[in-house]
Amino acid sequence: MSAALAIRDLRVELGQGKRNRTEVVKGISLDLVPGRIQGLAGESGSGKSMTAMAILGLLPAGGTASGSIVLGGAGKAEVELVGMTGGAYRRVRGKRIGMVFQDPSASLHPQITVGSQLADGMRAHLGLSRADARTRAAELLALVRVPNPEEALQKYPHQFSGGQRQRIAIAIALACEPEVLLADEPTTALDVTVQAGILHLLRDLATERDLAVLLVTHDLGVMSAIADEVAVMRGGQIVESGSRQQVFQNPQHPYTRELLEAMPDAQDSLVDAPAESGPALGAPAPDADAADTEENR
Amino acid sequence: MSAQKPVLHVDSLVVEYGGRAAFRAVDGVSFDIAAGEVLALVGESGCGKSSTARAVIGMEKPRSGEVLYRDRPVQPLGMRTRPAELTAIQMVFQDPNSSLNPRIRVAQQIAEGSRAARARGVDTEAPSHWLKAVGLSPTLENRYPYQLSGGQRQRVAIARALAAKPDLIVADEPISALDASAQASVAGMMRELCVASGAAMLFISHDLSVVRLMADRVAVMYRGRIVESGATPVVWANPVHPYTEALLDAIPHPDGEGVLPAAPASEAPSSWRTDIPEALDRVR
Repeated sequence: MSAALAIRDLRVELGQGKRNRTEVVKGISLDLVPGRIQGLAGESGSGKSMTAMAILGLLPAGGTASGSIVLGGAGKAEVELVGMTGGAYRRVRGKRIGMVFQDPSASLHPQITVGSQLADGMRAHLGLSRADARTRAAELLALVRVPNPEEALQKYPHQFSGGQRQRIAIAIALACEPEVLLADEPTTALDVTVQAGILHLLRDLATERDLAVLLVTHDLGVMSAIADEVAVMRGGQIVESGSRQQVFQNPQHPYTRELLEAMPDAQDSLVDAPAESGPALGAPAPDADAADTEENR
Repeated sequence: MSAQKPVLHVDSLVVEYGGRAAFRAVDGVSFDIAAGEVLALVGESGCGKSSTARAVIGMEKPRSGEVLYRDRPVQPLGMRTRPAELTAIQMVFQDPNSSLNPRIRVAQQIAEGSRAARARGVDTEAPSHWLKAVGLSPTLENRYPYQLSGGQRQRVAIARALAAKPDLIVADEPISALDASAQASVAGMMRELCVASGAAMLFISHDLSVVRLMADRVAVMYRGRIVESGATPVVWANPVHPYTEALLDAIPHPDGEGVLPAAPASEAPSSWRTDIPEALDRVR
């Protein structure tokens, strides 16, 4: 197996005590392959985020994972993450697995400069000196295309726009050269033009750095733009998986079809006639048709 | 522009925050909305679309300019109860968790809307009717908001606004907290209910692909100004302003082709700031 991360029959249970436990992930299997982006789609409550949290060993209190999550199939030291605890997990998390979440403001410390936040992980995990960590921090900011990296090192998170903050969060995730990157709704909080830039960055990073990426999102447009493989989750199970083209263009499971049909792209406009009082709307009908054929191919 | 007077008339609206060196969030915005018409105000975070909405309902005092509802200025909201006739303006906010009262059952929340209608002497239906109208089961009547999912809560907030039999609905990002799979259907439902009742709707969103489905006209805002406006199909098919073009090009489409959406060269190219007169009030 050439997977950087292999998930087999993963089950996640949440809840306090022995009773009232609910299984939110019900036996899923996935392979994350270097250089490829594996999409995990689903609505809220489908278990997609809990899958990511189980990989990170960050389940809520009382949550347990069973099954198998093996990191490092692709030539790196192999470790089983299910059942791992404490210090051992901390050496994996942030070092061999990087993570990016929806809200960059929540994942960056507001009172620490961007340079220190980048350097901290590298000094702890890689044992770099202060000066080396600083040099590498500037390189990382350049890698994620933050303008003026040297200057940016001195600044605090609030001095950046939302898009730049997410780029910084990605730089931190990549600081220790992880084999796997988990991205949970990485563009959901961003404006659409800023999102486009982040999608380009994630796609390039996966390919150029041979990163195995798990992209968790409910936005099928985002998924279609950058995922290589797609798995659709519902009620804790993967109901359909396959290549991006297969899943989007020839969906087999009724639920996948339902999700795709619910997207605005798949629907006809409800605005058939121009507002009756509008000033002489020249030829609205042909315009509306043109919009449909152009966008719904 | 029409024989009928518009329900809402906004002229040269300016909203500023702060005292000296104030930040101008809305910089001279003008539009009309007619009865039974949906106008979408589209733009990215910080463009002034929410400030415009707040000024329209009187939650924000305009620095200058005019907001006329049925020919009368909208009074700023204060500590006092609104005059009954202004309850014909109803609002739907982005976050149902902060707009619903957590201690009141669903039926009573909706009944508050009905009371506003009756105070104006307008008949309205029972809460169960409005629950059905927004696609919820009437059996939810006795639930508290915390017993509902986020999507159900937002539908309750919409039901409450509709129960007041509004003449003007101002909806500020009403669908962005919903799952992608529910957004288009809830937006479509809002349009149909609004058109059916002859109300005017100001629909605020950052999502042009949903707006395409349900707005008669669209106004694209950037940095406090409307940079492009007109009939939705026209603007969608053939944008004139570079900012509108960038917004449309950046939408990723779920077609499985793996096409990366076009990203602007920098986060905010200077061409986005230009005023292009022919991009306004487009009909063709």
